[in-house]
Amino acid sequence: MSAIVLHGRKVVGGCVEGEALVTRDHISGWGGIDPRTGTIIETRHALRGQSFKGKVLVFPGAKGSSGWSSQFHIARLAGTAPLAMLFNEMTTKIALGAVVTHAPAMTDFDRDPLEAIATGDWVKVDADRGVVEVTKKPRA
Amino acid sequence: MKLADDEKAMLDGRQGPARQRAMDLLVRYGEALGAERLVDTNNVCATVGATTPFLRDWAAEHPGGLDAVFSEFSLDSAEVLEIPKVKAYTCHVQQGIDPEHAVEQGVSPQLVQLYRKGEAFMGRIGVQLLNTCAPYQVGNVPVKGEHCAWMESSAVIYCNGALGARTNAEGRESAGAAMLTGKIPYWGYHLHGNRLGTHLVEIEVEVKDTADWGLLGYYIGEVVQEQIPVLNGIGHVPNLARLKHFGAAAASSGGVEMYHVVGITPEAPSLAAAFGGRKPLATLKYGAAERRRAYEQVNSTGRDRQVDYVMLGCPHYSLEQIWEACQLLEGQRVHASTSLWIFTPSAIKQIADRNGYTKIISDAGGVLMTDNCSAFGRVMPKGTKVAAVDSAKQAHYLPAIMGVQAWFGTTAECIQAAVTGRWSGGMR
Repeated sequence: MSAIVLHGRKVVGGCVEGEALVTRDHISGWGGIDPRTGTIIETRHALRGQSFKGKVLVFPGAKGSSGWSSQFHIARLAGTAPLAMLFNEMTTKIALGAVVTHAPAMTDFDRDPLEAIATGDWVKVDADRGVVEVTKKPRA
Repeated sequence: MKLADDEKAMLDGRQGPARQRAMDLLVRYGEALGAERLVDTNNVCATVGATTPFLRDWAAEHPGGLDAVFSEFSLDSAEVLEIPKVKAYTCHVQQGIDPEHAVEQGVSPQLVQLYRKGEAFMGRIGVQLLNTCAPYQVGNVPVKGEHCAWMESSAVIYCNGALGARTNAEGRESAGAAMLTGKIPYWGYHLHGNRLGTHLVEIEVEVKDTADWGLLGYYIGEVVQEQIPVLNGIGHVPNLARLKHFGAAAASSGGVEMYHVVGITPEAPSLAAAFGGRKPLATLKYGAAERRRAYEQVNSTGRDRQVDYVMLGCPHYSLEQIWEACQLLEGQRVHASTSLWIFTPSAIKQIADRNGYTKIISDAGGVLMTDNCSAFGRVMPKGTKVAAVDSAKQAHYLPAIMGVQAWFGTTAECIQAAVTGRWSGGMR
């Protein structure tokens, strides 16, 4: 099966590959995640109870408190950070959060990653070249 | 990103390793944003303390003391750097505890000790210990057009909307880098074109007290999310407390960081000016039905009428609000099964002490506290299941963070709940 290719802008450089975790809900940092476990805890969030540790996290953007970056900073130190971050909406919260998470991150895609990528797909992120390759998960 | 000569000098390490790491972080952050350059700032509101649970544990396991904490959590540097004095005027936002009321808040003496060490560190590097979410109430009032680097959503929206100063919502690390360099990315709300209104809100009901303004903010935030509302039809000139409650609510239900009130806020002398000649993306109305919807949403967790805890001072109360609460409370007693805690900056508490307001509150059985709040510090009277608040922001966060029910109403309804032990507020 041929891979889907997306082009975007580097936010934080680096090259990794892994399984995707996709949500259409914005993610809140302070009060929205438990950085010690890498779990989404926000009430009514589609990913509530799920962990982003070691996943390519695909989401629309950040919301909530200015404590966003420090929560993802703590997640990195606790070893629970996402493997990479792909998102659509640029804000100071997510830019700083991505920078201090030290994981490859991209935005400004030529097609919507929320449409092109589904949870469980295998995703190769080359942020330095601005390329994302998606291998769809085989249907069961 | 283009760097000026003084910025290159810091990046090259000519002003020491801490400012070098700070500038390196600002360059990485600015490039992540897509900013073209940095801008000078001499007004930073930041958090530096190490009293939250993860930082406490981290500090205990890592040598290097508070220099190590600052290096990692404020500069993104695993290498422990000696932290020099700040370059930009910097004040501290709210803290995790009130050291003067540690016993009431259930805070250990060890934590108070760590807090005091942090205070000494911050004093030494020149961070002003205002310790409040509302620095504009205790002397940090930026002027229109001033470039700032502020944290705390309710302060950011006040800085932009009410004062016409310019800030994005900064985080711990970017504020840390800004205080050491006097620089912040020139992006977002620092640029005039990004400050113009997007949504027109026609106000069709009277908006009077702080509770009214809180409801208005809660409704607008829910609808416009991160965009810029322009309020038209506000009949009365509000005051500091009302705009404070409006902004805190709009930044909680949504992510509003900038707004205009036509004829009142600095960048909206007229409706046309607020939109900069552009057309609104959408027009909303705020009438009786919208007000009711906001009231029901803010009160969605309230079920049991017996109130264990009344919390006032989110954002931190002004002196005027403390005086108002005192007048409502004077000569009465807080109910035996209810607690009343009021939060304010320590600078305001000093005046409240001298004015006799602290005594009025304590004679009634309440406590005037400083530096933190219930949601941020995760501190409440033991056994609290039902709280009453006059802040839409606190009603939004307290149930999510502390798992309690929250009633929202006017300050008078909250004082009445404190005295009777029961919630008897309702939509007026």
